[in-house]
Amino acid sequence: MEITSLINIILGLLLAPLLLGIINKTKASFAGRTGQPLLQAYYDIIKQLQKGAVYSKTTSWIFRAGPVVGLSAMLVALAIVPLGGVAAPLAFSGDLLLLAYILGTMRFFTVIAALDTGSSFEGIGASREVLYSALAEPAFLIGLAAIARETGIMSLSQMLPLSHFFSPEVVLVVVALFVVFLCENARIPFDDPNTHLELTMIHEVMVLDHSGPDFALILYSSALKLWVLGLVIVGLIFPTPPGSFWLVPVFTAICGLILLAIIVGIIESTMARLRLIRIPQLLVAAGSLSVLAFILVLR
Amino acid sequence: MDSPIEIMMILLVLSDMALLGLSRVRTCISIVSFQGMLLGGLALVTQFGSLTPRLIMIAAASFIIKGFVFPILLRRGIREAGTQNEMEPFVGYIMSVIAGVAMLGVSLWLGTKLPVFTVGSGTSLIIPAALTTLFTGLFLIIARKNALNQCLGYIIMENGIYTFGIVSVVEIPLLVELGILLDVFVAVFVMGIAIYHINREFDSLDSDRLNVLKG
Repeated sequence: MEITSLINIILGLLLAPLLLGIINKTKASFAGRTGQPLLQAYYDIIKQLQKGAVYSKTTSWIFRAGPVVGLSAMLVALAIVPLGGVAAPLAFSGDLLLLAYILGTMRFFTVIAALDTGSSFEGIGASREVLYSALAEPAFLIGLAAIARETGIMSLSQMLPLSHFFSPEVVLVVVALFVVFLCENARIPFDDPNTHLELTMIHEVMVLDHSGPDFALILYSSALKLWVLGLVIVGLIFPTPPGSFWLVPVFTAICGLILLAIIVGIIESTMARLRLIRIPQLLVAAGSLSVLAFILVLR
Repeated sequence: MDSPIEIMMILLVLSDMALLGLSRVRTCISIVSFQGMLLGGLALVTQFGSLTPRLIMIAAASFIIKGFVFPILLRRGIREAGTQNEMEPFVGYIMSVIAGVAMLGVSLWLGTKLPVFTVGSGTSLIIPAALTTLFTGLFLIIARKNALNQCLGYIIMENGIYTFGIVSVVEIPLLVELGILLDVFVAVFVMGIAIYHINREFDSLDSDRLNVLKG
């Protein structure tokens, strides 16, 4: 294991909540507000960690396990996805499948922790989350499979630097993955992270009953999820030529992530949330882009 | 791989998918107009080495008629009908997109079975894209209730035939090509009148209501 790949993980752990701050700052500047501080996500996490947790008597160990499993899943994901040209420490052939299933594990535990509370609102959120992820997962997997087929490599660490943007397949996959990115991270147009109306929410509603340190873990792991999925997209857009000094591609990748966060902020300021009934349409469209890319690569 | 023809074909297939998935008639008309312009350009790009006046004529006719005349006629149809509200189609939009992907797969398979055409142009994506466009047009005619959408389906189907024709442009006489174009032109005209009458009779563009007229 190289020391540089460890540094990349530490960078991810430190900088991930910053992306949330950048998104919020972009939204604030579009709305003409000053907005919350750039480091608000860090303050929130620290504040939540200092509080005590309240557990309902109806919940079981599943409710307590949810946030912990979620965070540990994201830590594993962080160790799989490469940053810049440096191979991730846990990279192996076929790790793109593991990434998809780790995201699935995190989602599964969030969902059953939500169901464990017995709250009907959280049931609604859980049901929606499962429906949308069932549509988003094929788009994600087939998209990555198309890239894997094109480069002939099954490991994210070696595959992402080799893909060249500007071939039509990669553009299709990037668009599909971006839609999945917005859906998985519960951003507009799929879910509005700012609303607190349970009837329209998907992700936020599932974590309503978590408090204190548990909620801090959830906030932190969702920031890591944003970082990890963002890295996959950025890795496709900015492939790294082999042989360059590691700091240069790493710097490029982080700039790419910041750019991605700004784009998400712009989308959130200019678009409205989709009607729930429309969301599957968008996800199926993303899936068909992935399939199209895969077919193009296959022939 | 990255030749302009391939990229145009990918754009053609993508526009097919968009037509299958989108419900707003106005947006669909714009996409069909884009398809027409794309195909006009395609005729020039495929035979770039040997441009003949005949070819330029076909390309220009396609570009102007499909890119500008049809959209104007169809938009007028919408304006006179006054109803742009989307109706619930026979096949939902999600299922349509999935069907589109399936049609693409079938077209790719069929494309490998038609070696006659692939020899001429050298790129393998033209025939599948043409077939997909053809199937998309047929699908829209069958699966949509709105008379305007069915008319669009007809134009899209012609786009598919036209793309086919491009590949074997050397073999197809100019008269046949222009004849097809004229047919479509007249058909859109007639459909425009039909749409007007359907709308006057039923206050809606639902072609299903024509069944009521049966005695």
